Amino acid sequence: MHAAWIILAILVITGFLLGNHKAAVLARSGKLHSRPRYHGVFIALWSLFPGLMVVTLFALFASWTIDTMILKDLHGTVDQTNAMEQSVLLNKVKLVAENKMTLNEDMGITMETVLRMQTLNRSADTLVTALVMGAGLLGFGYSWNRIHREFRARQEVEKMVRILLVAASSVSLFITLGIVLSLIFETLRFFASVPVTDFLFGLQWSPQTAIRADQVGGTGSFGAIPLFAGTLMITGISILVAAPVGLFCAIYLSEFASPQVRRWIKPALEILAGIPTVVYGLFAALAVAPAIANLGKLTGLDVASESALAAGLVMGIMIIPFVSSLSDDVINAVPQAIRDGSLAMGATQAETIRQVVLPAALPGIVGALLLAISRAVGETMIVVMAAGLAANLTANPLQAMTTVTVQIVTLLVGDQEFDSPKTLAAFALGLTLFCITLILNIIALGVVRRYHEQQ
Amino acid sequence: MSPLKGTPAQQKHLAKRHAASRRFRWYGIAGLGIALSTLLLLLATMTFKGYTAFFQARIQLTIPFEKPLLDPDGNLSQDSLGRGDYRAVLKNALNHAFPEVNNRNDKLKLNKLLSDGAPSQLQTLLKDHPEWLSTSQEIWLSASDDVDMWVKGVVPRDLPEQARHISDKQAQWLASLEENGRLQLRFNSPFFLNGDSRNPEMAGILGAIKGSVLTLLITFLVSFPLGVATAVYLEEFVVKGRWSDFVEVNINNLAAVPSIVFGLLGLALYLNLLHLPRSAPLVGGLTLAMMTLPTLVIATRASLKSVPEAIRDGARALGASPLQVVLHHVLPLAAPGMLTGTIISMARALGETAPLLMIGMVAFIMDIPGSVTDPATVLPVQIFLWADSPERAFLEKTAGATLVLLIFLITMNALAVYIRNRVERRW
Repeated sequence: MHAAWIILAILVITGFLLGNHKAAVLARSGKLHSRPRYHGVFIALWSLFPGLMVVTLFALFASWTIDTMILKDLHGTVDQTNAMEQSVLLNKVKLVAENKMTLNEDMGITMETVLRMQTLNRSADTLVTALVMGAGLLGFGYSWNRIHREFRARQEVEKMVRILLVAASSVSLFITLGIVLSLIFETLRFFASVPVTDFLFGLQWSPQTAIRADQVGGTGSFGAIPLFAGTLMITGISILVAAPVGLFCAIYLSEFASPQVRRWIKPALEILAGIPTVVYGLFAALAVAPAIANLGKLTGLDVASESALAAGLVMGIMIIPFVSSLSDDVINAVPQAIRDGSLAMGATQAETIRQVVLPAALPGIVGALLLAISRAVGETMIVVMAAGLAANLTANPLQAMTTVTVQIVTLLVGDQEFDSPKTLAAFALGLTLFCITLILNIIALGVVRRYHEQQ
Repeated sequence: MSPLKGTPAQQKHLAKRHAASRRFRWYGIAGLGIALSTLLLLLATMTFKGYTAFFQARIQLTIPFEKPLLDPDGNLSQDSLGRGDYRAVLKNALNHAFPEVNNRNDKLKLNKLLSDGAPSQLQTLLKDHPEWLSTSQEIWLSASDDVDMWVKGVVPRDLPEQARHISDKQAQWLASLEENGRLQLRFNSPFFLNGDSRNPEMAGILGAIKGSVLTLLITFLVSFPLGVATAVYLEEFVVKGRWSDFVEVNINNLAAVPSIVFGLLGLALYLNLLHLPRSAPLVGGLTLAMMTLPTLVIATRASLKSVPEAIRDGARALGASPLQVVLHHVLPLAAPGMLTGTIISMARALGETAPLLMIGMVAFIMDIPGSVTDPATVLPVQIFLWADSPERAFLEKTAGATLVLLIFLITMNALAVYIRNRVERRW
């Protein structure tokens, strides 16, 4: 692989220098259409792209191809249907082949397979180097022949750059497409073993399935209602904290604060927004949850050590800067003339804000709150560290509750069996999460956009 | 009565309205107070629980580096030194320091004062200083995590003996060591130089930091060119229409997709479909790059937008092609803004945890990763892992690692603010 990259680099640099030189020589006998530099870049780009394509495709698919071939070799020793066992064996072969592990007999693999892996890796390396060299030289030869005095090198280069830009901007579309396809694909497989209605309306969530067929118990029940309830509860608590606090922050900053105060307070709120969620999670588990539990003991209330309240409160703190900066923008966008009119009629500042500015900014504020809700619904680390794992269906915020994101993490972290309903359930939950946040975002972005157009 | 002041009833009403206005102002101050005091509380909690992680209880012993024990081949080679019996040397040193302890059980307890990693510390030292062989040296060695917690006073000393990890006898020995100045809290170098470990006193964050650096490198290399190219295309080249609207809406929505969903995509795409190595910074970086791309595009577009149209017109008037306008004029002028946006996006990626849990970067990894395909973990995930550990001593490590992470993030953000205030141009 390294050799391929080096060859590619050499091709590009020599391509540029030779193209530049050829054009410069041509320029001596008459005026060129484009400056020599563009001829150089033209050749360099033509030497780069074919090779780059080869290397990328190779990087993506080589290990997959080699893995499949090795698995075919292991055909006799490994159960074809057990993906877990397959990947474990494959990993062992890889480690031994890279000399990171020494072979011993009880590993279930033979020297032969290891040697084959090494040969395959070596021939893959040789192949990619040869292909890159070939592709690069072809591109170089083609572009070299096109260079002459009237050649419109600049236009050609600009055309290529434009294609490159279009390609880059379509990557984000492919990411969305990838999210949608992978989630839907795995979710459909999940629904092949668990009915949709059971998932969406079931009241029981206990994903522990039997690993072996002969084990007793645990067919696993995948009713997601307790998770939705937990997500709703924790999101609700966090919005109850963040909406008033964030809004009042925004109102104070945009209507009352002097520029100096703003200059200091805004970065402080940005720090609050920049703190990683894992730190908030630690804060919740370390300081807030014990404090709430102690408070419960003092007042005689029964508080779980991982209460939904603690997670919700800390999540509320996390989204305060989110609410305040979005609302701040929205309130600032309200035209000053409206304020002046209200003040001129004799309204106090508070009356102006409450009865004139806020109603005018209301759609934008609603949009900001919807975005905040979507952020809270998708937030993971705080709830993983501070909310419980047990799926309780309760309306008491002092009890432990679990959320969609917590369950995605617990289903996928640790030893996983591929293709079991347990791991596939995580994708079904992910799809649900994606749909909910997408709907919230589309509404919110639409509202905010229309609001800004109105102003 | 002057007509301007109004009747007493009017005055009262007016006073009430003004009071309401003042109250309203105080609500705003209270909101800010809540937000900022929580920020302070959070920082204070992490600092108080975490700063002790930078210090470690160490015990000074006179170590006799006996040649027959430590250099079995007798040729001073690294290999021979690597096979020496450092445990025995430590036992001898302890016996020498506490000659009154003869009981086998007590000797075991005495040994427990030192970290399980002490023999390997000795080995590293001797490999660096082979000339110490056959001499005696005064060496500071890491104490065990129980001793560490005892010295730092995390465990109350008046607890009944059964309830604590340090027995009365051990406490006595520690007191005598402390009296002789041979037990001190010293700078915790293992915390900054080691990878993860099951022994809290040997566990360090270097592996996680290196994992973070490698992951961020991949994220940057992938998302920066793509992000800038996308932003330049959308801002400077595209003809506004259905296609550009579609791409724009898509990017805005992508920016608000929960990060864990990107983790699921990374799992399905890179691990299950393409068979890239699990737990590797390569996969972590690619996953974070997908997550960072939309924010990077939005930030870059904002900085491109801030370059005034007159600059473009001027360049065009002089005959520049669209690409020349962008490359020669717009991009250089927008560069500081793009840099700020990039730094802030990278800081976000540095603090991100959830998507990395999906692609297996949560494994217990002792080795310090050397390349982007080695199994690794990152700083926030290390914090998450330690927060889950039952040992008391990992608590301060967790908070300590959090402090290090926050220092990195604050430095990056401060740099961004500095660039924004100093280098960025206002038009």
